[in-house]
Amino acid sequence: MGVVRVTMERSKPRDEWVAEVMRIRDHGDEAAFRALFGHFAPRVKGFLIRSGADPSMAEECAQEVMATLWRKAHLFDPTRASVATWVYTIARNRRIDMLRRQKRPEPEDLPWGPEAETPQDEALSLQEETDRLGAALAALPEKQRVLVEKAYYGELTHTEIAAETGLPLGTIKSRIRLALDRLRHAMT
Amino acid sequence: MDMTRPDHHLTQGLLMAYSAGTLPEAFNLAVATHLSMCDDCRAEVEGYDVLGGALLEHGAAEDDPAAMDEGSLAATLDRIRSAPATAASSDPAAAEAREGTGASDLPAPLAAYIGGSLADVRWRPVGMGVKQAILPTSREASARLLLIPAGTAMPDHGHHGTELTLVLRGAFLDGGARFGPGDVEIATEALEHTPVADIGEDCICLAVADGKLRFRGLLPRLLQPLLRI
Repeated sequence: MGVVRVTMERSKPRDEWVAEVMRIRDHGDEAAFRALFGHFAPRVKGFLIRSGADPSMAEECAQEVMATLWRKAHLFDPTRASVATWVYTIARNRRIDMLRRQKRPEPEDLPWGPEAETPQDEALSLQEETDRLGAALAALPEKQRVLVEKAYYGELTHTEIAAETGLPLGTIKSRIRLALDRLRHAMT
Repeated sequence: MDMTRPDHHLTQGLLMAYSAGTLPEAFNLAVATHLSMCDDCRAEVEGYDVLGGALLEHGAAEDDPAAMDEGSLAATLDRIRSAPATAASSDPAAAEAREGTGASDLPAPLAAYIGGSLADVRWRPVGMGVKQAILPTSREASARLLLIPAGTAMPDHGHHGTELTLVLRGAFLDGGARFGPGDVEIATEALEHTPVADIGEDCICLAVADGKLRFRGLLPRLLQPLLRI
């Protein structure tokens, strides 16, 4: 336990998941949904079990996450998030809903400005970013990788949560700069 | 809101835990309020959402997949058919934050808890001219608004875990540092602190504290809602 194993071999290019979400949105395509389900549902369930949910709760929650993916396909914006990031945020919110019966305060929404790049380019770079971050995570020293995992699985101590960890995640830094540029762009 | 550039930010651990959704509600409220006032931390959280996606995609689940139950896909398709796309209503907190409250003088997530603006806060005196208003959150941690008259020290208050104090109006001084709007002071058990409201105007802050709560093993304990933590 405590080890994130990252494999970079790809069964298919990641950006194809975008096409599948679009097929659900436009055609209610069950074949596209089956493919997304086969890929993401076990990952969501595994993630929830690692976070402390019992298997039947995790199964229930994973099904609900996948149903939400179908229902909210029209809200997915490939210029703002990869499919993996989107599924992750749905799973996060579902978990709080179902397991904790709480609402999750969200920051004030900002108006988004005109896109700086063509959506297609941006969608691709967001997909690549998810993979680059996976690789960056795998390359972290063991101690820091475990800290990241603990943060996501809800296992940080008070001291860890209050302290600056100083994780040298270069890719995160560039991601933050990109997001900041977008925010500043939206403000002007 | 004015775009302030706070000097005192949240930690990496807090921002990751906010992205992961593992914090108590009161802490989520403080983080969401700070993010509404701070582009840097907002951008960092977006980065952690991407990292969460990477962990979902490439993390332990890939190594140790949790097989879905027999008939799981069919059951999910049944869910979809029985409750089609009325999904917007399933996320009331997000909807409130989005739509709300544009008229409030507080960031949207906080305005949603107060049900309006600062004028709607029902203050209760706690001594020395200081007033507070407890906000309704889950029990594992508490959230309250504090109004500290200009030049006054915050009353002594012990805390066993972590306490975040986020400035909304005015400023306070503590340990040689000045905390203005959007700034967060993070206090731990080890830190003795005595914030004093800056001269000039009353200081209004949001303070959240987790008391006896330990974060580790939070989730299993939350599955027992009757247990008073």
